[in-house]
Amino acid sequence: MIDRWIGNIDLLVIAPVLNIQLLLDGVFVGAIFALAAYGMALVWGVMNVKNLAQGDFVIMGGYIAYVLTLQGIHPIFGLPIAMVVMFIFGWGVYRVIISRVINKDMFTSLLATFGLALVVQQLLNLAFGPEVQVAESHFEINSIFDGLVTVANIKVISLFLAAVLAILIVSFMKYSRMGQAIRATAQDPRAAMVMGIDTERIYAFTFALNAAICGAAGALISMIWVIQPFFGIGHSIRSFVIVTAAGLGNLPGVIVTGLGLGVAELYGGFVLGAELQQFTVVGLLVGVLVWRQIQQKRHRQVVQ
Amino acid sequence: MNLFSRQAAPYLIYLVGGIALPVLFPNYMFQFTVLWVMILLAVTWDILGGQMGYNSLGNIFFFGAGMYVCAVTQIGLYYDVAEYTASFGAVKVDFTADQYYTGLFLGILAAGFSCIFFAIVFGWVVFGLRGPYFAIGTLGVALAAGELVGAWDYVGGGGGVSLPVYPGEPDDRAAFFYILNFVLAVAAFLAARGVYRGRFGLAINAIRDDEEKAEGMGIHTKRYKTIGWAISAFFVGMSGALFGNMIGFIEPLEIAFPTVTFGIFMVVMCLLGGKGTLWGPVIGATVFHAFKEVTWTYMLGWQWVALGTLIIVNVVFFQQGIMGWMQETWPEKFGLVVDDGLAAEETDLEVSR
Repeated sequence: MIDRWIGNIDLLVIAPVLNIQLLLDGVFVGAIFALAAYGMALVWGVMNVKNLAQGDFVIMGGYIAYVLTLQGIHPIFGLPIAMVVMFIFGWGVYRVIISRVINKDMFTSLLATFGLALVVQQLLNLAFGPEVQVAESHFEINSIFDGLVTVANIKVISLFLAAVLAILIVSFMKYSRMGQAIRATAQDPRAAMVMGIDTERIYAFTFALNAAICGAAGALISMIWVIQPFFGIGHSIRSFVIVTAAGLGNLPGVIVTGLGLGVAELYGGFVLGAELQQFTVVGLLVGVLVWRQIQQKRHRQVVQ
Repeated sequence: MNLFSRQAAPYLIYLVGGIALPVLFPNYMFQFTVLWVMILLAVTWDILGGQMGYNSLGNIFFFGAGMYVCAVTQIGLYYDVAEYTASFGAVKVDFTADQYYTGLFLGILAAGFSCIFFAIVFGWVVFGLRGPYFAIGTLGVALAAGELVGAWDYVGGGGGVSLPVYPGEPDDRAAFFYILNFVLAVAAFLAARGVYRGRFGLAINAIRDDEEKAEGMGIHTKRYKTIGWAISAFFVGMSGALFGNMIGFIEPLEIAFPTVTFGIFMVVMCLLGGKGTLWGPVIGATVFHAFKEVTWTYMLGWQWVALGTLIIVNVVFFQQGIMGWMQETWPEKFGLVVDDGLAAEETDLEVSR
């Protein structure tokens, strides 16, 4: 097994062009990971809810885009529709579930969203079956470096769309009245309430916004990668890894870590073999948590 | 009915039921066996989750680890493991009755003790994490272990390993594993009851209530946390070893490290029954197992949706669980004294939050 890994690393050294392919693909998927992770950080920072259904929201957005493709609507136009649908869905979820667990301890929200994740993935499974699906964009695939590296046009477009969305969301958070209210609530909900901000509405809006971001990320994923009802937990863990490593409210950190995770995952899949690609993500999660702990050890005094 | 006989009642119900039910309904022997596995998982989860306030989502790691350690011991005592797993299906290896029982016994012991070792090693890694980080970190460990074992050819990789065949009649086999699981679950329950009674129980409750203050009072929190985890790991590991042998074939993702099924079930069972109580996990496991069997039989296809809904409803609307609800409704029957002044103060505190 280890020989095979070393062989794969040798391959990367002998044919450096392969690195370019891995790096490019890593950046393309990593941008989408970063988008979903930003949504998770938003909800986490504002209302202290760790949304384990994050990945399932992403997959749900992907299926919305996929269904629209079957109806003849191009996935790029499906993306805003997925965002709107997911926004409404997120608002409903907040009203029914999240608003009731928001004041309880953190494990409660974790479990409640886990239950939600289970329901969402199983309903998707019942509706669409466990097959892997792609929202076909019918765009051309370009080859560079004499055909050794392939870049699908849709991937470039998706990267561009992800960047546009990120800029839109960030400027919304910075300049709009609602964005300011969200940030005020994140800093001090009580003070925000005194200032006349309806925090309950802010929470609902934030959660719905997160769901909409997930919907967009899912639509992009369905265009450039694959969706399947049970892939949600992988996306949840990716978001969690990125947020834990980058910290809350650290936007450049989220972007860099997201791209880094995308690249690391593809390299892991290439070097260790496809069956360990999922392990790379989970292994990174454990690694990040251990690293954080070592980092914080000096700040903590423990009775030994 | 006085307090003593009321306390003795659940013991009687479970002991008599545990012996009488499989005799009366031998067709459901497998379901009853799984019920005891569930009770064991719930009781051992509650040591950390309920009594110590550390909500682990990765206890299932020990289940799979115990299963694999036991399998490797059973096979490795008499054959070369790599050869056995590589020739999976091609070569039929027979174990004599003597070899089977020796292997199983030693395998279960090895599973239990190696899981104590794993608990200490992983405790060193995960116990610095708090709250949701602990939950996600332990979940990560369990998921990573499943993926890693799936790629490890020595233990059969994703294809799994078939275990030595029980030397005897199928009916005897079912009864044999029922008795072992029953005894192990009772032992785990008694062990948990024993540790809650003494100084250890007070210490882990102190950690749950306020870890910093507990440390300030001179409690070696890390040591208590690791010991608590090691106790759960010991029993869960042995249970995994038994479960693997009962199924007869082990495979990393669905049977050994079923993080999203058994791994979550144990948490849900504790919440349903009332976490942090002695009988809560047992009652929760019983109700949950019945619910699961009914939905799996009558709502096939929708069973997971029903399960997810149960989790949400349980967490959102019924967090105190069955035992917690009973204690709130009839505190005097549990010998609990409610201090109105204190209760009022707590409500004030809730409001001011």
